[in-house]
Amino acid sequence: MNQAVAIRIQGTIQGVGFRPFIWQLAKRYQLCGDVCNDGSGVLIRAYPIPDLQRFTQDLRMHAPPLSDVQNVGWQFFHWHQPPPNFSIRASCLDGSQTAIAPDAATCPECLAEIFSPTSHRYRYPFTTCTHCGPRFSVIEALPYDRERTTLHEFPLCSDCLSEYHSPDNRRFHAESTACPDCGPKLIWLDHSPHVRHLDPLATALATLQEGKIILLKGLGGFHLVCDATNEQTLATLRQRKQRVSKPFALMVPNHQWLAKLVVPEQLAVAHRLLSSSAAPIGLFRRRIDAPIASLVAPRLDELGLIYPSNPLHHLIAREFNRPLVLTSANQSALAPMLDDEHVWETLGPLVDGMLGHNRKIVTRVDDSLLRLDHQQQAVLLRRSRGYVPQSSLMDEVLMLAAPLLAMGADLKNTFALARNREVILSAHFGDLTSLSVQNQYQQAIEHYLKLYQLHPEHIVIDAHPGYYSHQIGRMLAEQLNAQVVKVYHHHAHVAAAMVEAQVKANQQVVGICLDGLGMGPNGTWWGGECLVADYQSFEHVGGLPAVALPGANLAARQPWRNLLAQWLAFVPNWSERWPNDLADCPVQPLSAAIARQVNSPLASSAGRLFDAVAAYLGCSPRVLDYEGQAAISLEQLAMQVSSLPTSLTMALVPCGDQYYLDMTDFWQQWLSVKGSRAQKAWLFHDALANGFAQLALKVADARRIETIVLCGGVMNNLLLRSRFEYYLKSKRVICARQYPCGDGGLALGQAAIGAAQLQI
Amino acid sequence: MSNDVITLAHGSGGQAMGQLIENLLVKQFDNPYLRRGEDQARIALSSMNSESGTLAMTTDSFVIDPLEFPGGDIGKLAICGTANDLAVGGARPQYLTCSLILEEGLAIARLEKIIQSMAHTARQANIQIVTGDTKVVGRGNADKLFINTTGIGFIDPRTHWGMEQITAGDDIIVTGTLGDHGGAILNQRENLGLGDALQSDCAVLWPLVEPLVHIAGVHTLRDATRGGVNAILHEFAKTSGLGFEVSEVLLPVSDAVRGMCELLGLEPLNLANEGKLIIICKNSATTQVLTQLHNHPLGANATVIGQVQEKPGVRLKGAYGVTRSLELPYFEPLPRIC
Ligand SMILES: [Fe+3]
Ligand SMILES: [Mg+2]
Ligand SMILES: [Zn+2]
Ligand SMILES: [Zn+2]
Repeated sequence: MNQAVAIRIQGTIQGVGFRPFIWQLAKRYQLCGDVCNDGSGVLIRAYPIPDLQRFTQDLRMHAPPLSDVQNVGWQFFHWHQPPPNFSIRASCLDGSQTAIAPDAATCPECLAEIFSPTSHRYRYPFTTCTHCGPRFSVIEALPYDRERTTLHEFPLCSDCLSEYHSPDNRRFHAESTACPDCGPKLIWLDHSPHVRHLDPLATALATLQEGKIILLKGLGGFHLVCDATNEQTLATLRQRKQRVSKPFALMVPNHQWLAKLVVPEQLAVAHRLLSSSAAPIGLFRRRIDAPIASLVAPRLDELGLIYPSNPLHHLIAREFNRPLVLTSANQSALAPMLDDEHVWETLGPLVDGMLGHNRKIVTRVDDSLLRLDHQQQAVLLRRSRGYVPQSSLMDEVLMLAAPLLAMGADLKNTFALARNREVILSAHFGDLTSLSVQNQYQQAIEHYLKLYQLHPEHIVIDAHPGYYSHQIGRMLAEQLNAQVVKVYHHHAHVAAAMVEAQVKANQQVVGICLDGLGMGPNGTWWGGECLVADYQSFEHVGGLPAVALPGANLAARQPWRNLLAQWLAFVPNWSERWPNDLADCPVQPLSAAIARQVNSPLASSAGRLFDAVAAYLGCSPRVLDYEGQAAISLEQLAMQVSSLPTSLTMALVPCGDQYYLDMTDFWQQWLSVKGSRAQKAWLFHDALANGFAQLALKVADARRIETIVLCGGVMNNLLLRSRFEYYLKSKRVICARQYPCGDGGLALGQAAIGAAQLQI
Repeated sequence: MSNDVITLAHGSGGQAMGQLIENLLVKQFDNPYLRRGEDQARIALSSMNSESGTLAMTTDSFVIDPLEFPGGDIGKLAICGTANDLAVGGARPQYLTCSLILEEGLAIARLEKIIQSMAHTARQANIQIVTGDTKVVGRGNADKLFINTTGIGFIDPRTHWGMEQITAGDDIIVTGTLGDHGGAILNQRENLGLGDALQSDCAVLWPLVEPLVHIAGVHTLRDATRGGVNAILHEFAKTSGLGFEVSEVLLPVSDAVRGMCELLGLEPLNLANEGKLIIICKNSATTQVLTQLHNHPLGANATVIGQVQEKPGVRLKGAYGVTRSLELPYFEPLPRIC
C-alpha cells in the first residue's frame, strides 16, 4: 500500500501541450504515475507525493503559453502498485467540464519549417504543433483527441506518429498534426474542370497574379481573396458581390507592408495586436499614401488589416508579397453550408477558382475584428476565431443548477451556453434574416451542445417575437423540453457588460444603452435608454424621446428619413432649413405617412439619431450600403476637428419620475452653431454624451449607485465612448472590451439574466 | 331638406322606409324575385343550370372606409367580394342578398350612387340580388354605410378544387399586379398624395375562373384580399404542411404600387387585392392555365411567381438569391380595407 495523490486540473488545458509539460515536470520531480485528459480536465496520479505547494506553483507558473489553468485540486489515495515510471495515458471519456482552446496563429517554429527547403514540412499548408494551429474549429467532440477531430480521416504516418508519441517533441499529442505524407491536401477547382492542376497553390497564386478573384477555404469557412492593389479587380469584386462601399479587410504579408498602410503612431500597437495568437483583423488609421486600390475602403480613414494566421495564408502572403483582400464568404446568403461542393456550386459563379482542401469544416468561425480606443487599447467589435470558445465566469450567486442556452439577437448574432458559473459565447453568425444563415446557426447550436455534452433546461430568448432567434429558441425549447426565459433586449446589453466587468449579483448599476432598435416592454421600441439594473431586473428611468421610424426597417437604410422624423418632431419651420442635397427626397408623402402613422412606429433609437445628424451634414450616401455606415462617417468627420467654436449643453425634461433629453432645445442650439461640419459633428457626439451622462449621474446620485454601464452597438463609436468617460469621471464606468458592446455580445447578458431569474 | 339625408325614419318600417326600398333598391336591383315583394326569394332549383353540382354559399360584410375610392366604391366591392369567394371554389355566382346598415345622416344622393354601382356591377356579372334588408342606426353607431352580401352559386361537377390537392412541385400563379386595392385605399385614406395611378383592381373574377374549370391539374384557387398574397400562402402552408417559395423578381407589381412600397417600406405581397387570383396548379397545366388567363383582360399580367416545395414554410427569394422566410405582419397595416 502506497500513499499517492490524484491532482485534478481544470481550465483551458487540452490541446495546448499540457500533458507533455506535466510529463516533463514529473520527470523533474522524479515522480512515477501518469497523466491523462478526461472530460473534466487533466488528471495526474503521482507517487510519491511531491511537495504539493511547490509542485502546483510550478505547474501554474510554467504552464504552456496557450493554456489557462483555472483550478487545481487534489486528493490522496492508496495505490496498490504504482508504475515504475511516469507516462501519459490515453484519454478517458466522461461528462465534460473542460475548456476548449481557441484556434491559434502559426507559431514561429512551424513557420520556420514551412519556409525551410530542407524541412519535411516545407510548403506544407497544414503544419501545426501543440503551440499553434486549429483547435476549436476542428474538434467534433471532447475530450480533445485526434479521433474526435476532423483529422481522424488522416491516420498519422510513422514519422508523425513517433513525433506524436515523444513527450519531448513539439508535436507530442499535437492532435491536429499532419505532414505531406499523411495529412490533408490542397485542391484547386475552376471553371475548366477537365484540366488537372498538379500544384493547386501555384495555380491559385498565378490566378491571383492575373488580377482574378478566388475562394479560399480556411479554418471555419471561406474567404474571397484578390489583389488589393488592383483597382480593376476590386471593381469586379464589388460588382460581383453587389457591395457598393462596405470596406474589405486586407491580409498584409509582413511588418514592412504594415508600415506602408498604417499611420506611424499606430504602427507598433497594430503590429503587436495583429501578431497575437488570436490573429484578429484590426482597424487602424490608414496612411494617405497607402499603396492599395481606392475601392478597398472608399471614403474611410481606417483599414481592416490581418496578418497571415495559418500556414496556407503564410504561403500565399509571402509569395504574393502584396496586400490581398480577404473577405468572409460565410455570411453570403448564397452559401448554405460549409461543405466544399455546396460552396463551389453556389459561390463558384462569383469567382475564378477555389483553393480548397479535403479537411472538412465542422462549424463556422469568422475572423475576429478589433479597434483601438482613444487610449490605444483594443476593443473587440466581432469576437470569433482566436477567442471563441474562451469562457467567462458569472458571479457565484448566479451558479446554475442546470445548463442554459441563450439565443442572442437577430443582427450580429452569437449565442451562449452556460453551465455552473461559466458562460461560453459562440462564434459570430451575423444577420439571421437569410435562411442559409439560420441553418448555420441551428447547426452550430447543435454542434456546440454536442461538443460540451449539454442538455439545456432553460433557453433564453429576446422578448421580440419577430426575431428569428426568438422563434428558433421557442422551437428548440419544445424539442429539448426546456423552459423559455424571455429577456428584454436593453437589459441584456447592460448585463453583458456587467458579466465582463464581473459585477456582483447584489449590485445595481445605471446603464446607458444606445443602439439601433430593440423591443422594450408594452410594445415600445427602444434604442436610447437609461436603465437602473441588476442581473435580475431593470427599471427604465428615461432616455431619448421616441420619434417615428418612417418606413420601419427602411429608416435604418436611408438616413434622411430619420432627419425628417426628428425635424417634424422637434424643429419648427424645419422645411426652410431642409438641406439642398436632400431636396429631391419624397418629403411630402413621407410626412403624411408619419402624420398618419403609416408603417412609422415610434422608437427612441440612438442609432437613428446618428443617422439624422449624418444626413444633415451630408456625410452618408442616400441609401446605406452597410449597417452603421452613417454613424461611422459621422464619427470620422468629428475626429477631424482641431478646435471647437463653443460647447453645447443638453437639457433634461422630467416626465413622471423619468427624464428625457430635450431634443427641441438640442436641435435649436446645434443648428444655430456657426461652425464647420466637423465641429458640428463633434458637438453632436459631445452633447449626446453630456445629456446621457447628466441623466445617469442624476439617477446614480439619487440612488447611491457607483457604477455606470455604457453599452449597445452605438458604443462602438469610440469618440462617443471617450466623451462619456470624460463626463462620468466621478463614477466607475464599465464598457465592454473583450466582448462586443453591441448585439454580438448580447447572449452573454441574456445568459446572466436567465441565471439570475432562475435563482428566485 | 330632411329627405336629403338618411334619418331614423328610413329604418322605422313606415312610409319613409317603404319609399327608400321601392324607389331605390327594388328599382335599381330590379328582377322578378325581388319584384314579388315576399319576405324571401323563391328560387326554382331548375334555374340553377346544374343537375348534379354542389351548392356553394358564402357571406361577407363590407365596412370599407372611405366609401368611394379610385377604381370603385363599397357597392361594387360588396358584389365583387362575395362573387369572388364563390368563384374561387369553381362556382358561378348567381344570386346575392344585400343587407344595408345605414348611419343616420348619410346623404341619400351618395347612397343612390353606391346602390347604382352595386346594381351595375351585378348586372355586368349576371348576378341577381334577390332579397335584402335595410337598417338605420343613430349617428355614431355605425360609420355611414355597412353592407353585407350573401351569395350562392353552383359548382361545376368537374371541379374539386381545394387545399388538399396542393402537391410539392406545383406552380404558384397570380393573375396580375399585386397590391393595387390596398395601395389605392392607403393613398386615398391617408392623404399621401401619390397620384391617380393608384387604382383599386376591384373586379368580378368569374370570367377568368370559368375557363379553368375544365383544366385538369388546377389544384386550388383563392382571391388574395385582406393580408394579400402572403396571408393566402400562409393559409396554404398551414393547412397543407408544404412550403411556398416565391421569387421577388417574378412578382408583378405596378410602378405606382412599387413606388409606394419603396417609400413606405411595405411589401406588395402583404397588400390587399380585390381582383387577383392565386392559382396553384400542376406544373404540367401551367401553360394551359396561363394561356386561358392571358385571353382575358383581367388576366393579361398573369404569371408564375413561385413553386410549392416539400420543406414547410413561406419563403421569399430575393433578387440576389437571399432566401428568407416571409412572416405574417404583426398587425394589419390597414384596417377596414374591404
Ligand atoms: Fe442592440
Ligand atoms: Mg371574403
Ligand atoms: Zn506550431
Ligand atoms: Zn505524416
